[in-house]
Amino acid sequence: MTISQNQLSQEAATINWRKILLPISVFLVVVFFMGPVLWQVLTSFKVNSAISAVPAIYFPTPNQLTLEHYQSLFVRRPFTLYILNSALVSITSTLLALALGAPAAYALARLRLPGENIILAAVLIVTLFPAVLLFLGLLEVVRTTHLGNNYLALILPYAAINLPLTILVMRSFFQQLPKDLEDSAKVDGYNTIQMLIQIVLPMTLPALVTTGILTFIAAWNEFIFALTFITRESMKTIPVATAQLSGASVFEIPYGPIAAATVLGTLPLVVLVLLFQRKIVQGLTAGAVKG
Amino acid sequence: MPKLELQNLNKTYTPKVIPVKDISLDVDEGEFLTLLGPSGCGKSTLLRLIAGLEPPTRGNVVINGHDVSRIAPGKRNIAMVFQSYALYPHMTVYDNIAAGLRLRKMPSDEIRRRVEEVAQKLGLQNLMDRKPGQMSGGQRQRVALGRALVRQPDVFLLDEPLSNLDALLREQVRADLKQLFEKQQAPVVYVTHDQTEAMTLSTKVAVLYDGNLQQLASPQEIYMRPANQFVAGFVGSPQMNLLTLNCEGNNAVLGDFRIPLPNLPTPPSQIIMGIRPEDVHLVKPDDKLMIQGQIFLVENLGMQNLISVRVQGTEMRIRALLPANQRWEGEDVTLSIAPQAIHWFDIKTGDRVPLRDRDHRFHSHHPEQVA
Repeated sequence: MTISQNQLSQEAATINWRKILLPISVFLVVVFFMGPVLWQVLTSFKVNSAISAVPAIYFPTPNQLTLEHYQSLFVRRPFTLYILNSALVSITSTLLALALGAPAAYALARLRLPGENIILAAVLIVTLFPAVLLFLGLLEVVRTTHLGNNYLALILPYAAINLPLTILVMRSFFQQLPKDLEDSAKVDGYNTIQMLIQIVLPMTLPALVTTGILTFIAAWNEFIFALTFITRESMKTIPVATAQLSGASVFEIPYGPIAAATVLGTLPLVVLVLLFQRKIVQGLTAGAVKG
Repeated sequence: MPKLELQNLNKTYTPKVIPVKDISLDVDEGEFLTLLGPSGCGKSTLLRLIAGLEPPTRGNVVINGHDVSRIAPGKRNIAMVFQSYALYPHMTVYDNIAAGLRLRKMPSDEIRRRVEEVAQKLGLQNLMDRKPGQMSGGQRQRVALGRALVRQPDVFLLDEPLSNLDALLREQVRADLKQLFEKQQAPVVYVTHDQTEAMTLSTKVAVLYDGNLQQLASPQEIYMRPANQFVAGFVGSPQMNLLTLNCEGNNAVLGDFRIPLPNLPTPPSQIIMGIRPEDVHLVKPDDKLMIQGQIFLVENLGMQNLISVRVQGTEMRIRALLPANQRWEGEDVTLSIAPQAIHWFDIKTGDRVPLRDRDHRFHSHHPEQVA
């Protein structure tokens, strides 16, 4: 009896520990990941005195909250324009990467090309090369082709840099797409173009969305190229514009507006990912299990 | 009149990889031809050649008198059922079945009429708005069939359509298939490695091995008179006993026993004897050809017992299929072999040794054209 009672209480103890430890560790992990982000969000809503207050204010009172930083972004600076610039550059380069990468991936997956492995190795090597080192060479290219202060100066490099990822991800996706489907389409009477658009494309959507979003995020957040190749104020993208926010004097760092700009710049990505969340998961796990 | 002819088809990938070597055969109206063979015998490649999914290296595919060897699959007016069914996952059942007709610019009320007719035939009426992902394997299989039937093609091609079904369902669908295609006039080419399917469904069976046609005949003929050692060993379950025996004069030597050879111009030094387990029995009083041996394995198949016997005076084994209610005493048994049920094969070529008197008799009993 006593033994069994001991065992019972022991079991209860271990269960209790798990019940306590699990939420705590979840909370710690979330705080660890979300801390900086939440701090930025908080800063963007606090009045200046609350931002610089020591000790730091974690739970501001209503009169310490303001939307002023957000307003200033649009009133004192053309932030709508920056957002549109970023959107234009990111969307175009994403579409370009998909339009070039997906057919290339299909060819690499389906055709028995001579030297296929060499092509794939070449594609992979491009991704290994640090973009910062490419940047000096690209600057020369931009100068000689007079592409400076032209959206193409960003669109082309962004699409090119993300092309290897697109090709590799899409290729493995095409490879796990059953070939029977394409054969079946051929027997049904689809020609190659019809087959690609009506049969292959709809099934490829999850993978296209996944790689597209990765490309979009990379293009949206890119800083160095955008800083160097574009100097005209009206063509700047969000990361550059955010970094160049300055206060009334040299000594004033406008924490509030910077935080607001960061939040504003991240918001479209969050919305995008939430919108396509299910497709992304499908795309990332496609072919992992027999479906 | 629909007819499919294959003329000296050859498919060569590399000098060493030649899945289809030289195959010629005809499939007439109303005929159901099964391509039967083990994995890698070239049967699927042959089907893909007929479909036009692979171009032949040599030879022609002729449908209704037209050489279609260089024509795209979609223009050959063939329909194919794939092993994986290959349904378009993003389309409803209705759209899956109608896709081929829409591409042929058929008027939409004609499409509707045909799709509904096929749906009724296959019992798919309630599933028309579903997508393939929401259906069971058997239902998907029926949709795949419907997609082929609705086309009313010149030739039906089926690539192991039953192999993804579970055993019970397979038997039922096999029977359905037989009824369905008996009503069709177009020639059917059916690929399988399952000999039961080949036997039950076909009017004609082509046994393939190593890219070559081993035998082309009715299922009965294939079973009763296998053309060579490969066909003999491949068709029939349990497998035929195939024993390589030394010859002494006009007898083949099996352990302590002599088995008279058929009338041959020159007696060979060795010969292959084939006898199906179902043609080996426990001895009865007036049996002449007997062998004795020791049972070392009994396998209960339900309806029958399959016994494996080590023949006296040799290490050779022979298997016999005995009715389940038949009993025997101890481990030593005397078995009888019906002399007319023995198949003889040449040791070098593996070809059937023709037995003039007996094979003639068989001929009259089993006319080649069954249908």
